[in-house]
Amino acid sequence: MEHAPPQFFHRGPAPIARLAFFALLSVLLMVLDARFRYAEPVRQVIALAVYPIQQLAIAPVSALARTREFFASRAELRRENTELRAEKLRDAQEILVLDAVRSENEQLRRLIGAREKLRARAIFAEIVYAGRDPFSRKVIVDQGSQQGVTAGQAVIDAAGVLGQVTRVQPLLAEVTLLTDKDHAIPVQILRNGLRGVAYGSGDGSTMELRHMAANAEVEKGDLLVTSGIDGVYPVGLPVARVVRVERDAAYAFAKIVCQPVAGTDQHRQVLVLAKAEDGPAWSSESERAGRKAKSKRPRRGE
Amino acid sequence: MALETRPERILLPVKVGFMAASLLLALAFNLLPWRDLRGVPDLVALVLAFWCVHQPRRMGIGVAWGVGLVMDAANGVLFGQHALAYAALAYAAQALHRRILRFTVWQQAVQVLVLLAASQLLMLVARMAAGGTYPGLSFFVGSVIAGMLWPLVTFLLLAPQRRAATVDDTRPI
Repeated sequence: MEHAPPQFFHRGPAPIARLAFFALLSVLLMVLDARFRYAEPVRQVIALAVYPIQQLAIAPVSALARTREFFASRAELRRENTELRAEKLRDAQEILVLDAVRSENEQLRRLIGAREKLRARAIFAEIVYAGRDPFSRKVIVDQGSQQGVTAGQAVIDAAGVLGQVTRVQPLLAEVTLLTDKDHAIPVQILRNGLRGVAYGSGDGSTMELRHMAANAEVEKGDLLVTSGIDGVYPVGLPVARVVRVERDAAYAFAKIVCQPVAGTDQHRQVLVLAKAEDGPAWSSESERAGRKAKSKRPRRGE
Repeated sequence: MALETRPERILLPVKVGFMAASLLLALAFNLLPWRDLRGVPDLVALVLAFWCVHQPRRMGIGVAWGVGLVMDAANGVLFGQHALAYAALAYAAQALHRRILRFTVWQQAVQVLVLLAASQLLMLVARMAAGGTYPGLSFFVGSVIAGMLWPLVTFLLLAPQRRAATVDDTRPI
């Protein structure tokens, strides 16, 4: 021990060895995260620890926005108010019709023995920030697993489908937008019911309807709505509008470019939809049993 | 040719608490709700590079890697991409710190700019390998801006060490 170098000269392993160690560790983490999603618990712990710093950083910005809202001119508010009133009147007649149609629909469904579709529960959320990662298209909303958000839920705004919850933290959730390169959504053309799958194109603003035959009946201006066959998105939500159709005889498929109807830049408020309860029989069976046990009021016949 | 020697100021020893505080502040800046990270200078990388150049014995690859993990978790990006880039940046800054400090502050800025851009390139390669979207050349604008901020950061972060050792009436700070 006497011949050991003094602490002053002790510098640990060589820098290049250290770099190699940490680089290998990072590559391992990246592979685990990208391929197997094993890094999730560690990520959640760190994210929760950083949350106060994040809130501290966000606080002045949101305070500024709130002050600006507070001082929004009265004239502007009145104008908005009258506009909304007019809109409400315009919508009123449609809503009246809708109620009648809905009850009629319910009756018909009962007649044909179709399972009554439960209305999806929705969680109101606000977009905290968008586009943090330049390599993907995502937004962060202010509701997390504490509020009942789970990964896989659909997210919509006033105009249509926005995307899907892909990662949940206790107080925040990450929503992958339709325009993300890895995102796919099963759709149906409203005009003729043609089904297909729309993929994000990755350029940030458009989607592509892939694998449609070159002679498929798709026109510019067609509205795509969710087909609901994936069990994630409820049926009939507007998704995108076809902006360009290129038919090239050299390819078997047409190139169909669509523009999402939901705006990520216009709106801050979104709705997170709980999953449609049309799950497979084995899961709904146990769920139903649980629900029965919970309901306290006994039925008249029993 | 004789080496030109410039007068150098003898600095006070650095306080570890100040180093940590500067890193935390840079982290808070990076976590601001930016609409798009393109064009936003990565202050955490800049401050890490600064301390690796000026205090290579107190700041190193391990710390940089840890801070990178925090950035990854907070930003919700691929876990390990910032860690890898920051570790490589810290290694390069430590290896080159003697050379970098020989230059004037603007010449230093150019060299640091190259280091920052190289670490971003590493991040780009990692993300492309994992199947990300190519973000375009605007991805590197942040490094250029961060490089331009080097003189300012040098001035601010060295200020506590430039103070006089003793306070008297003629020097209030």
